[in-house]
Amino acid sequence: MSERLLEVEGLALTAGGRTVVEAVEFVLAAGQHLAVIGPNGAGKSTLIHALIGDVAPAAGSIRLAGRALADWPARERACRVALLPQASALGFPFTVAEVVRLGRGPHASGSVADRDIVAQTLAACDIAHLRERAYTQLSGGEKQRVQLARVMSQIWRAEDAGDRLLLLDEPVAALDLGHQRLVMREVAALAARGVAVVSVLHDISLAARYADRMLALREGRTIAAGTPAEVVTAEGMQRLFDTRTRVIVHPDSQTPVVLHG
Amino acid sequence: MSPRRLVWLLALALPCCVLAAVMLGAVRLPALDVLAVLVGRDEGLDRLALIVRQLRLPRALLTGLVGALLAICGAAMQGLFRNPLADPSLIGVTAGASVGASLVIVFAGGVAGFVGLSLVSLGAFVGGTAAVLLVYRLATGPGGTSVATMLLAGIAIGALAGSVGSLLEFHADNEMLRRISLWRMGGLDGANWSRVAIVAGVSALIFAVLPRQADALNALLLGESEARHLGIAVDRIKRRLVLLTAAGVGVSVAVAGAITFVGLVVPHIVRMLIGPDHRWLLPASALAGAILLLVADTLARVVVAPTELPVGLLTALLGAPFFISLLRRRREYGL
Repeated sequence: MSERLLEVEGLALTAGGRTVVEAVEFVLAAGQHLAVIGPNGAGKSTLIHALIGDVAPAAGSIRLAGRALADWPARERACRVALLPQASALGFPFTVAEVVRLGRGPHASGSVADRDIVAQTLAACDIAHLRERAYTQLSGGEKQRVQLARVMSQIWRAEDAGDRLLLLDEPVAALDLGHQRLVMREVAALAARGVAVVSVLHDISLAARYADRMLALREGRTIAAGTPAEVVTAEGMQRLFDTRTRVIVHPDSQTPVVLHG
Repeated sequence: MSPRRLVWLLALALPCCVLAAVMLGAVRLPALDVLAVLVGRDEGLDRLALIVRQLRLPRALLTGLVGALLAICGAAMQGLFRNPLADPSLIGVTAGASVGASLVIVFAGGVAGFVGLSLVSLGAFVGGTAAVLLVYRLATGPGGTSVATMLLAGIAIGALAGSVGSLLEFHADNEMLRRISLWRMGGLDGANWSRVAIVAGVSALIFAVLPRQADALNALLLGESEARHLGIAVDRIKRRLVLLTAAGVGVSVAVAGAITFVGLVVPHIVRMLIGPDHRWLLPASALAGAILLLVADTLARVVVAPTELPVGLLTALLGAPFFISLLRRRREYGL
């Protein structure tokens, strides 16, 4: 497994002539989970879209498995990098199983293997009972789990591609507590099989519980980076969100928990 | 219904519809004699053979091909726009193609026969392409296509086409006027072998290339950036789809005039039966479109024989109520 699966150096990103992200740096190894946190408009989504090649760097570089991201042929990149977007525009009544199978599009693994992978990801996201339902008739949380199963199936197997990267833009925003936990555990299981994960999360405590490292962005600049215990402090939260919080240690996981309100 | 079964059923029904279209009309021909002529054994059947070869057969083939073209292009366009209400006639593609064709008729009207018809088709193709591109540019943003903008752009192009058409009529002489007005009514009664040849050529290209875009179209339904994340060369696919659908709609407008609603209704019916997977939707729509238009045209010729109704009247009669029911249920499609 690669120690330097994703390398980001001196990255600057612009959108509409405005600098949205500046001087961001990190290196991610296979199996590691980096959570990006920060207030609205901090450039988190732009950053995550840059990591799949939607936004070209204005300065600096993004390298995937040692090769510049822009140099990857689209198909090969699609076998290695998958992104769960914040919202989905799908308005046609595909069945749930059909939507998830679309994630197998870049691969030529055969329909038998694909069916097997679809079944596994459906189970992982707790939507196996919905498999024949029309996507358009699902609730918001169910749709989000279907989309997650789709991007998981895209990078599910190590034999399709060794170095894999999963990008999650607010993966649990529409989910209830039980499914938040289920989804984060399945992401962790995928990471344990060698997938590097970059996620944007608004629930700081959840991010601290599941991420190996965290990156705190504000107005496109790095405010803090490191382990959850280093990043999630009352003082760090004050600088990031301009609001007073208390940070305690979770009695079971020993990770920081933010109390607010 | 399983997609495979539907495609088989349609593929079996199509030859029956072609046969019925050849048999039925102002003069009813016996099935066995028609079959004998079709396989080339026409001794003693001179008059019947003439009707079949020169009138009924080219018309049936033209009708089937135009129906198939309109339906498959409608299905592809709805996928491209990620919107189930995108239809060549609603979003102005048909109107754009009409303008292109009228311009050719008026300014190059002297050229007759196969070459003239090719020029008219080319004009329709250029007009249709311009219309799709314009509508697509106007209506599509990063979050998908806005239905409102799409339909408004269709109205604008329709109005523009109408006024250009009137201007042309103002300048046209009697012969041109006759050709334009005949042409505007549309209809398959002008069927002859050179029209069949032109449509068959374009159809061969479209039926060979469009179904291969099925996986890309499926991915495109997720959204453009999602399709790109799945390794699809989105811009290239979009360009290809715009050109192919404009060619298909353009040539069918050029040879048969504006036939409305086939491109909207057929893909919808097929989607209701087997779902939106383009690997089955495209071929099934093509077959169903051919069947629908053959049935409509046969009815148009039989109902008030020996004269005939314009086929567009029947498709609109069928399509308009269906479109209204779609509008009523649009929430199910997330519009």
